[in-house]
Amino acid sequence: MDTLTLTTKPKSSDIGVDNVALRYGTGDNAVLALDGISFHVVPNEFCVIVGPSGCGKSSLLYLIAGLEERTGGMISVGGKQVTEPGPDRGMVFQAYTLFPWLTVAQNVEYGPKRKGMSTAERRAIVEHFLHEVGLAKFANHYPSQLSGGMKQRVAIARALANDPQVLLMDEPFGALDSQTRHSMQKLLLRIWDHSKKTVLFVTHDIDEAILLADRVLVMSGRPGQIKKEIRVGFSRPRSMDLVMEPNFIAMKREILELLKNDEDDEH
Amino acid sequence: MTLAPNATSPISHIVTTSVDKNQPGRSAWKAVATPFQAVSRPLSITLSVLVWVAVIGGWFALTYSGAVKEMFLPRPESVLSTTIRMALDGSLWEHVLASVQVVLIGFVISSIVAVPLGLTMGTYRIVQAALDPLVNFIRYLPVTSFVPLFILWIGIGIEQRVAVIIFGIFFQQLVMIADSARGVQRDLVNAAYTLGTKRGDTVFHIVFPATLPNVLDVLRVTMGWAWTYLVVAELVAARSGLGYISLKAMRGFQVDVIFMAIAMIGILGLCTDQLFRGIRRLVAPWAN
Repeated sequence: MDTLTLTTKPKSSDIGVDNVALRYGTGDNAVLALDGISFHVVPNEFCVIVGPSGCGKSSLLYLIAGLEERTGGMISVGGKQVTEPGPDRGMVFQAYTLFPWLTVAQNVEYGPKRKGMSTAERRAIVEHFLHEVGLAKFANHYPSQLSGGMKQRVAIARALANDPQVLLMDEPFGALDSQTRHSMQKLLLRIWDHSKKTVLFVTHDIDEAILLADRVLVMSGRPGQIKKEIRVGFSRPRSMDLVMEPNFIAMKREILELLKNDEDDEH
Repeated sequence: MTLAPNATSPISHIVTTSVDKNQPGRSAWKAVATPFQAVSRPLSITLSVLVWVAVIGGWFALTYSGAVKEMFLPRPESVLSTTIRMALDGSLWEHVLASVQVVLIGFVISSIVAVPLGLTMGTYRIVQAALDPLVNFIRYLPVTSFVPLFILWIGIGIEQRVAVIIFGIFFQQLVMIADSARGVQRDLVNAAYTLGTKRGDTVFHIVFPATLPNVLDVLRVTMGWAWTYLVVAELVAARSGLGYISLKAMRGFQVDVIFMAIAMIGILGLCTDQLFRGIRRLVAPWAN
């Protein structure tokens, strides 16, 4: 921990979701996307939401980010009600959202710049976080010159450089090949260990969910509801070999079973 | 299908330019007949020169064979000598300058308004709802039919010609720029919000830089249209300019002057086109 960014302790807050509902449309055409969602993520926790595609897990993340408007319930981050998007909730998206007109370094310093930080402060932050994600050499590259995995690494660095209170991640590794995904998972765990941010991570990949999480929230679809909460007790740091342990497989089976029941319900 | 020993895949086989002895007749022709296949630089230059030579050669053939009377199609060298004569006595530059001035003034005024308004229109649905029907109506009105009106309203000075150009390109610019603003990836804006961008800053911080390459392309294309409308304006009411000398030349059967004016507009268009490409490379290097 060399640079000045860490002279102040990174911020980390809780996320409170209370009876949240999301309804699209009105009248007969109304679709209830989320219903009665309640959970609480404590500071520094790594919480993963896993669920089938279309269950509304991404929408839930967008609600917490304030990018979409909920139709019922309360959401608070660090005790503050969520009413609109803000830099206290960093987000990494499934789609590549680096600003293509900015270099890697300029992307990372975008948030600090909006906050009005000095050039020297910004440079130190950029250096620190590009080093964290192993892309110091690519500071002056444009996003179009990077691979998918590298783009997402920069996206993580960009979100963290803004020192948000929570980090929301919407299937950030969904578009990557499995090898890249594994190295990204390792990298994310290492960075999380350094930064101790509260992370709320959405995925449909059960292995990924168990591997990363302190706690997994299993979601069912139509309307999206939290079906079960599973504590993941595996010690950290975790190795990727964990996926072969009996305990891991048992947990995976439990989640699969929950998601399967959900499918059966539909038929 | 058997591949040559040195070819590891069908693709590498196509890319290989050396003639493959095991596959007679498959290499050179197949390479150029493959859709989207890159062509080597020497070949592309040779081809473009050949086409020019063919066009000018055809011109020579038509005039020298007497197939077309010189009153309708001048000989190439008489166009060249007219150009040199008018360049030396300065009259050519006077007319070029007059035309360039009108095009530039009209184009700049139109662009200065169309770019910010178009971006706002594409970003804010409320602005689009208000302007879209009107703009799309005006966009389809033929500019030429407004020339008499403009003469009536603002006379036959330079303002009239500038007005024709603005009217001709402004609404097209507006629609195309609004379209590219609407095409900005929504999650790009969302990401900006989560990084602390204020809603009011979205157009300037995100939409403008994201669409800059498109905007420059729109400007490049509409610059070409501006030249077209310039000639329309000058044919009707002007005392200088390339369109004006064309009209005057027609009355005196000086077909060589008409040809020269057309060629000058082509050359000027080519120059501005290259200029815009250069600007795009310079200000949006990330988009290449």
